Amino acid sequence: MPEFKHKDIIALRDLTRGDMELLLKTAESMREINSREIKKVPTLRGKTIINLFYESSTRTRTSFEIAGKRLSADTVNITPSSSSATKGETLADTALNLLAMKPDIIVMRHSVSGSHYFLSKKLPNCSIINAGDGTHEHPSQGLLDMLTIRDHFGRLDSLKVAIIGDITHSRVARSNIQGLTKMGSEVFLAGPPTMMPPGAAKLGNVTVCKNIKEAIADADVVMMLRIQQERQGKTLMPNAREYSRYFGLNPENLKLARPGAMVMHPGPINRGVEMSSYVVDGAQSHILRQVENGVAVRMSMLYHVCGGEIE
Amino acid sequence: MNLFIRGGRVVDPGQNIDEILDIRIENGVITETGKNLEPLSGSEVIDAAGKYAVPGLIDMHVHLRDPGFEYKEDIITGSLAAARGGFTSVACMPNTNPVIDNKAVAGYITNKAKSHGFCNVYPVGCITHGMGGERLSEMGELKEAGCVAVSDDGKPVKNAELMRRALEYAKGIGIPVIAHSEDISLVGEGVMNEGFTSTEIGLKGIPRVAEEIAVARDVMLAEYTQSPIHIAHLSTGGGVRIIREAKARGVKVTAETAPHYFILTDDAVRGYNTNAKMNPPLREACDVEAVREGLRDGTIDCIATDHAPHHLDEKDIEFDAALNGIIGLESSLPLSLALVDDGILTFNQLIEKMSCNPARILGLDRGTLKRGAIADITLIDTLAEWVFETGQLASKSMNSPFFGCKMKGAAFATILGGRVVYRIDRLAGK
Repeated sequence: MPEFKHKDIIALRDLTRGDMELLLKTAESMREINSREIKKVPTLRGKTIINLFYESSTRTRTSFEIAGKRLSADTVNITPSSSSATKGETLADTALNLLAMKPDIIVMRHSVSGSHYFLSKKLPNCSIINAGDGTHEHPSQGLLDMLTIRDHFGRLDSLKVAIIGDITHSRVARSNIQGLTKMGSEVFLAGPPTMMPPGAAKLGNVTVCKNIKEAIADADVVMMLRIQQERQGKTLMPNAREYSRYFGLNPENLKLARPGAMVMHPGPINRGVEMSSYVVDGAQSHILRQVENGVAVRMSMLYHVCGGEIE
Repeated sequence: MNLFIRGGRVVDPGQNIDEILDIRIENGVITETGKNLEPLSGSEVIDAAGKYAVPGLIDMHVHLRDPGFEYKEDIITGSLAAARGGFTSVACMPNTNPVIDNKAVAGYITNKAKSHGFCNVYPVGCITHGMGGERLSEMGELKEAGCVAVSDDGKPVKNAELMRRALEYAKGIGIPVIAHSEDISLVGEGVMNEGFTSTEIGLKGIPRVAEEIAVARDVMLAEYTQSPIHIAHLSTGGGVRIIREAKARGVKVTAETAPHYFILTDDAVRGYNTNAKMNPPLREACDVEAVREGLRDGTIDCIATDHAPHHLDEKDIEFDAALNGIIGLESSLPLSLALVDDGILTFNQLIEKMSCNPARILGLDRGTLKRGAIADITLIDTLAEWVFETGQLASKSMNSPFFGCKMKGAAFATILGGRVVYRIDRLAGK
């Protein structure tokens, strides 16, 4: 079995195709555990995992917590409202204090891109897993999306994947672009030009499309991104109504995709904005499969950064 | 105390001198420059064979952080850093605490520099009262108190009418205006240049046009009011082009850039390197090329450092939270000398941009080796090879992207009013 040589998982940009294949393969075997009646194995017994969430999150934090618990690790959650962040303690000091309690893994979400690299340098003996950093990457989301796509198509190469929305501010888009293009698929981006970062086409095997129709046409996968009124509201778009008319996914424009194309969304969904409810709840939606795979993928990530040792 | 500099290659652009000469200094003043002079008895003699002797270098854009932020730098350490970098004069920006918008703060700086400093320190006063961007500062009093220019550096004057009035008023007073030209609304929450690198590493971008729009506005206001204006820390190709065109029309605009803008691109930010975070941000290769061309064709008049010391605690943190700026006084000379090696500037032109032009723009009686001039002289060893390391700094702060870089060229000696304030060969281990 190939080895996973990384102490941390911060960005899919840092991983090879082989690394990602290993993580996905392990995730598949983890999924078997999740379907048992007793959903717990002793793999990480005695390991301590701290979930340090500087940004609010329900899905990702819960998913990491369940993943750790199913592997028998001790998991502790720290969120900003109850943490030292409000007392003016620096990230480095918080981390060093936590380190003094000897955790094996810190799973962090932080609003500043690259803060995990900073943390990793400060904590050479602790594994760092990125649960989302600013507008940089969200590797566990990228991996769970890839697992969901592979479940459906049996492969991750030679697929046409459309990613639609605010590419500039999306860490989900960056992780998926890195992962999917390394696996041999082609990514088509669309969104208002106000949300398309310069040089996006140079991120890999990526095409920037003029409109959503061009991106969806013959796509195997249509991945919609969350539009956040609080972030994009002021100058990047007129309002949700216009956004949904020109950049939203609905049963009509979904017909442009390949028959049976997958519809995905990292959540939480703004129904009626980036996606119509008919699509969210429709037959082509894989959104809840994504969530389900999230636990397995995160179990795999925790397992591999711990050296992949099975007791 | 008299001084005699023997056998240096004297380069004085103002007098069109470039030959091996001796310099005789009496009571802090250059009394004679010529071949085969003899020192007055009792003079200290410096053998400058193989070295260049040039008018003392002038950095017209530094932050000495004193008063208010002495944990980053103060007038003593900052002026020592200047002397070690070959600078005999610096102009320090007013974003201190309190800001330099009154006689008392300006006087504190000039007095402390005179009694304890290692170079001439000229304060730059605020354009607006309290640097608040709302009403004019007392520029007349600031000038009387020793300020050589006004600027709201770091906080551009947003209101165009106020900037217009500032230019008009300053022209009447006879004090130059230094513009930090940046449109804050376009900067937004940006922390680095907007380009492919920011896209890839997911940091919020600052577009070039944030600088270019503001340079255009400020140049147009200067043209309309027929007032001089000096544009600080030019970083973009568009900014260079706007100034080139304005100069061709006869607008009284001058401009400076800093070594990092003609050497580094935003690639230096990769790895979330906070020592490559500054404002304006490092741009792309085409901008570096344009800035170098602007230096070459004379569009850019000066090389300043924008020496911006920050404490480790303000840099060794998450990228978005890190403060903008890098130190520059102790690395500027070798980094700028590379322009001569690269054929962008002649040595003579380099000295113009690092001494004569800043003196002219700020109206200083320096930047020359004429008989009767104050003996501010820098001796440069253009062949000295060394590595820029944190251990040797005079500055209190260690924020630079150039640590570990091999440097070629150094100040051999820095002479301030006829007094040797720094000599490389007196350093331990050198």
